[in-house]
Amino acid sequence: MTSPVPPRGHHDMGGLPAGAIDPAEHDYALWEKRVDALMALLSHKDRRLITVDELRRNIESLGPEAYDKMSYYERWIYAITQTLLQRGTITVDELGRKIEAIRTREAQRG
Amino acid sequence: MADAVAPRFHVGDRVTVREAYPIGHVRTPYYIRGKKGVIERLCGAFPNPEELAYARSGRPAQPLYRVRFLQRDVWPDYAGPPVDVVEVEIYQHWLEAEERAR
Amino acid sequence: MSHDHDHAQDHAHVHRYPPRPDQDDTLTYYRAMEAAVRELLIDKGVITAEDVRRQVENMDGRNAGRGAKMVAHAWLDPAYKQRMLADGSKAAEEIGLDVGPLKLVVVENTPAVHNVIVCTLCSCYPRMLLGLPPDWYKSRNYRSRVVREPRAVLAEFGTVIPDDVLIRVHDSTADMRYLVVPRRPKGTENWSEAELARLVTRDSMIGVALAENA
Repeated sequence: MTSPVPPRGHHDMGGLPAGAIDPAEHDYALWEKRVDALMALLSHKDRRLITVDELRRNIESLGPEAYDKMSYYERWIYAITQTLLQRGTITVDELGRKIEAIRTREAQRG
Repeated sequence: MADAVAPRFHVGDRVTVREAYPIGHVRTPYYIRGKKGVIERLCGAFPNPEELAYARSGRPAQPLYRVRFLQRDVWPDYAGPPVDVVEVEIYQHWLEAEERAR
Repeated sequence: MSHDHDHAQDHAHVHRYPPRPDQDDTLTYYRAMEAAVRELLIDKGVITAEDVRRQVENMDGRNAGRGAKMVAHAWLDPAYKQRMLADGSKAAEEIGLDVGPLKLVVVENTPAVHNVIVCTLCSCYPRMLLGLPPDWYKSRNYRSRVVREPRAVLAEFGTVIPDDVLIRVHDSTADMRYLVVPRRPKGTENWSEAELARLVTRDSMIGVALAENA
């Protein structure tokens, strides 16, 4: 009589079979530390422009392939940006223009 | 806290984790749903993360408990000693008194 | 704002590792996204460049030395240890460690019980005390397996827990963050707090290792 158990979220992995744990560690690049910093600053009680819950929800919505391919801070900056768009803190147009300005600047420096 | 749901459980109460499988942001892990455990402590009352995830207030705050489970009750093939436990933080609205669940 | 001047103690807890491959100098899409979001927010007056710089420096200064200080203090002061087990955040602040909004739960290893911490759903970690978590703590393999086969996972880290010691795995799924007090190693009688703190590794405070007097 019970219906089949629905699939679990890709992030909800407790108890699943998995391989050996790689103990290697990496220092963080500056851009990754800045992502961490953005999250801390934006979620601070003086600003409250994002909650850790919105960050997590947006990461969880990535889908298995993206979740596995993206690095930890790539997932974070994706989720921070999605939240800022959802809340209207930045617009899609502003984001697109600014990313292109940065890529142009980098290419000219190149 | 005025804006909080009253706690229903006490330390030592036997509880079952509700079985429900919504989409959305849920902090009750899949592996623990439907399992039976014991209240280890009341952590306090906090805004509901399921609602905070959608930029809503999460109020009224929900009581949060640490619940202790025997590993052998969680994993049918658990290989370690029978006393080993796993302790998980679970919000009150995911818990039912064990008697009611029978 | 208080500063931690105990640099000798911190040297035991600061390590340097190679950067992840592909990070150097290639403007990946997500690196550009970070720069774009940061610049937009500065343009809008939400944050300043100085805010970002200061926060990066703040996290750089956080390493396991802060947690180690708490553990060493507890080893020397049993009454403090009891207060720490009752309310971890208050105990941290009592010895001058700012944990911000962190709700800390401290659990103690004893001859009968060994504790290990995980966040199966993401990577919750007491960052204000231990700094940023290691890659393996955030990995699929650790998050999937330690909750189900803790003894096998600990053995992979070289930590063998005998069968007459109970293992408590803590899955930090909600608002609490966890710190393990490892057992004080033998042969450390009359050691100072700073000397003891040097033995308390990050991995021993997560629970995948023991504190050892090597």
